[in-house]
Amino acid sequence: MGMAAESQFHVLAVDDSLFDRKLIERLLQKSSCQVTTVDSGSKALEFLGLREGIERNHPNALSTSPKLHQEVEVNLIITDYCMPGMTGYDLLKKVKESSAFKNIPVVIMSSENVPARISRCLEEGAEEFFLKPVRLADLNKLKPHMMKAKLKNQKLEEIERPSKGANVEPEIKDSTEIGIKMLPLQSEFEPKQLHLQVVQQEEQTLSNNKRKSMEEGLSADRTRPRFDGITTAV
Amino acid sequence: MLGLGVDRLQADINRLLTSLFHQGVLDEQFLQLQQLQDDTSPTFVYDVINIYFDESEKLLRNLRLLLVDREFSDYKKIGLHLNQLVGSSSSIGARRVRNVCVAFRSASELNNRPGCLRGLEVVEHEYHYLKNMMHELFQLEQQRLLAAGVRYPM
Repeated sequence: MGMAAESQFHVLAVDDSLFDRKLIERLLQKSSCQVTTVDSGSKALEFLGLREGIERNHPNALSTSPKLHQEVEVNLIITDYCMPGMTGYDLLKKVKESSAFKNIPVVIMSSENVPARISRCLEEGAEEFFLKPVRLADLNKLKPHMMKAKLKNQKLEEIERPSKGANVEPEIKDSTEIGIKMLPLQSEFEPKQLHLQVVQQEEQTLSNNKRKSMEEGLSADRTRPRFDGITTAV
Repeated sequence: MLGLGVDRLQADINRLLTSLFHQGVLDEQFLQLQQLQDDTSPTFVYDVINIYFDESEKLLRNLRLLLVDREFSDYKKIGLHLNQLVGSSSSIGARRVRNVCVAFRSASELNNRPGCLRGLEVVEHEYHYLKNMMHELFQLEQQRLLAAGVRYPM
């Protein structure tokens, strides 16, 4: 049941500068997004629920309600690159390394046009790299990413919960029954994970060609395969 | 007629903005900023520019403190402060301030202390000019709102 009927996308914006946070917040609001701003990568991870290796969807955590803290779904993370402590790149890596959150699209912003930096971020899985100052037109590119991720989430949730109506953890009356139910879930999940990895690899090689700095306005032509793999894994 | 006050003030505002664009003090990004202001966020430009002033003045103070120290050597720190100034100045459309910050940054990359001191002076000068112009703009805008308020009684 995490599929609340929200028509608005929720974006988590990360920037250590108050000025930049104010700006990105207004830009996102103007683009009809719900916004949460935080001033550091670690606060972003905290907000997501990622704490030092203990992810909410860790198998051991399943006995307690995993949806307890996840009232608000995050559809996109937009982060500044240059931040003290955890950089935007570090945050990107942590998100992409987490099995729970790697599907959240991440966008990096920077006031520096450093091609090596841009390609490194795209290779690590960033969807876009925006040069500051970010404009409303740039944010229009985000809707497809968020839509895609939302659909992906919905499909994954469908698999995790084969019996509709069972949202909150039912009392464990017959533990063996629940145990048996768990196994098919896991084996169903694995092939999908592989598929996601394949799709992501394809996306990464194609995204290596993106250079926002040199192709202002040309980044619209993206012919990447979009989740052709997901539907077949069921 | 009460309406005339509003029109005259609007003309003054337009004239000031045109002049600032012409001088290269402001660029198109400032207009982008104005587009973000609306009924749901009616003082956005004023708020965000005031944050810019606060943050910039802190950075400028830090830069001066760093450079007046005879044993100064932390050019990297200067670079980091300047990156912030370049970024925020670009974001509000403060083209001239941004450009002089970039020039200052080049001096810091060459570890050129006298160049940096000169660079700082130029940035401070441009920054204060911008600040004065923004204050004038805000004053005119406030007067215009007041004049418009009298014309349209609640």
